[in-house]
Amino acid sequence: MRKVLLTGCEASGEGAISAGCTFYAGYPITPQNRFTEYMSDRMPESKGVFIQAESEIAAINMVFGASLTGARAMTSSSSPGISLKQEGISYLAGCELPAVIVNMNRGGPGLGDVTPSQSDYFQSTRGGGHGDYRTIVLAPWSVQEIYDLTYLAFDLADRYRTPVLVLADGMLAQMMEPVELLKTKKRLPKKNWTLTGCKGRKPRSIKSLFLSPGVLETHNWKLARKYQRIMEKEQIYNTYMCTDMDILIVSFGTAARISSEAVSMAREQGIRAGLFRPVTLWPYPSGVLNKISEKAKKILVVEMNCGQMLDDVKIAVRNDSRIFFYGRPGGGVPTPEEILKEIKRI
Amino acid sequence: MNVLYKKPESLTKEITIYCPGCGHGIIHRLIAEVVDELGIREKTIGIAPVGCAVLAYNYFNFDVTEAAHGRPPAVATGIKRCLPDRIVFAYQGDGDLAAIGTAEIVHAAARGENISVIFVNNGIYGMTKGQMAPTTLPGEKTTTTTKGRDTSYHGFPIRVCELLATLDGSAYLERTELGSIQGIIGTKRAIKKAFNCQIEKRGFSLVEVLSACPTNWKKTPAEAMAWIRTVMANYFPVGVYKDIKEQV
Repeated sequence: MRKVLLTGCEASGEGAISAGCTFYAGYPITPQNRFTEYMSDRMPESKGVFIQAESEIAAINMVFGASLTGARAMTSSSSPGISLKQEGISYLAGCELPAVIVNMNRGGPGLGDVTPSQSDYFQSTRGGGHGDYRTIVLAPWSVQEIYDLTYLAFDLADRYRTPVLVLADGMLAQMMEPVELLKTKKRLPKKNWTLTGCKGRKPRSIKSLFLSPGVLETHNWKLARKYQRIMEKEQIYNTYMCTDMDILIVSFGTAARISSEAVSMAREQGIRAGLFRPVTLWPYPSGVLNKISEKAKKILVVEMNCGQMLDDVKIAVRNDSRIFFYGRPGGGVPTPEEILKEIKRI
Repeated sequence: MNVLYKKPESLTKEITIYCPGCGHGIIHRLIAEVVDELGIREKTIGIAPVGCAVLAYNYFNFDVTEAAHGRPPAVATGIKRCLPDRIVFAYQGDGDLAAIGTAEIVHAAARGENISVIFVNNGIYGMTKGQMAPTTLPGEKTTTTTKGRDTSYHGFPIRVCELLATLDGSAYLERTELGSIQGIIGTKRAIKKAFNCQIEKRGFSLVEVLSACPTNWKKTPAEAMAWIRTVMANYFPVGVYKDIKEQV
């Protein structure tokens, strides 16, 4: 296995190429400028297409066009850019087109700042765009995992014909870590729904418009059943020091990585802390968290926002009295010491 | 018995939703005839707009996708870059192309995307029942300019062919009209030139068709056709605005 030193942006791009992605369209935005730059070289090198789009909206719609031909297609951006892409993500979901969208989350709302944040949890897990739909959301906590999860995102997108989000942040985007690379996929899943010209078959259409009475309702229920299957089959999570634990930290991405350090520090001081880390933010591993949390006397949710995943923890645990929150919004990044202090305080 | 006139293979049997005298039905047929004559039906991918032609995939007998409002040139870009040997065209109205999708059309042309765009300019938002379009003429009454388009208040119409002609990426641009038989014949000839421009890989092509919306113009079909010739074509002169012969 080949090991290379990459930034998070580069690792995500390499993960995509390893997964057989042949189309990237993007627009520069800090802190993920390296992504677009990297793909401008790497896509042509791997016989793919790179387009620097005129806007975030154009980029996601180019991905829409590439996806409907059967190509594995992606775009990347950071928070304000992802807001603009939501129109296209809604159409991808409605038209049941696979695509991968990487968000290197920065502080918001509005123009916010360019430092790492987890403030797009709601936007990512609650739809983001208009209409009754869900997107799979994968939350890496290391550069290696950005690579692995971007790779996985393409398989999930094709399997369920749905857009998949990779939600990282400005820190993961820019830091460098060694990454073990997988072999580039040669055989991709066959698709019997693509538009490639109707040679040898009847013409097809791709659409999300269903005007006849009841047809959209039927379509939405079909999507809902698909989301149910995803919820049943695709939950990913990690636990750390959870076998004998009094205080359970629930955290994702960068915040979880810092929290794991706080857990180790707490253990050294004789405090029985543990960490539950959802990797899929949707589908949220609610059932497992509910079970694991039974053993915890107290639960501390740590996020780089004002408390967004907190809602999902409350839904999973169904007992608010044990739940506490520590957050750093607006580009703030907690230290392990700060989290340890919270563990001791609650 | 010789068949002199029949439904093109590139049209389905579906009955259109279009109003009497609407230009969409004519333009659909012209595109279908051109696709048949060029023998490209099985390698053509069309893009239906948001607007009255939103159901175009029901009428064309080849692959057609939906696109979000204004985004057909971006979607076409994605398709064509992945399948460069297919024939890709976007079908767009004036709101779609010259208002909400202005960035997409300008940049698709600037990149010299090897796609074709059929731009239906009827100077009004038809499907939403008659609001001002970016191509509504000065003084023209719509449901959002009830006293007529006052250019000092609502601004001026956009001349798309003239605008795109300034871009080095555009290879073939022509404005035609559906107000006369000659205009209809000329429109078909222009659509064929646009598709050939793409087949010969000469770059971005667009045909702007001045088209009637009798319902929202509150005119009879015959009055609407006359209005295209006598009023619309004065502001939007028909003709070839760009015709680059070399391959890009």
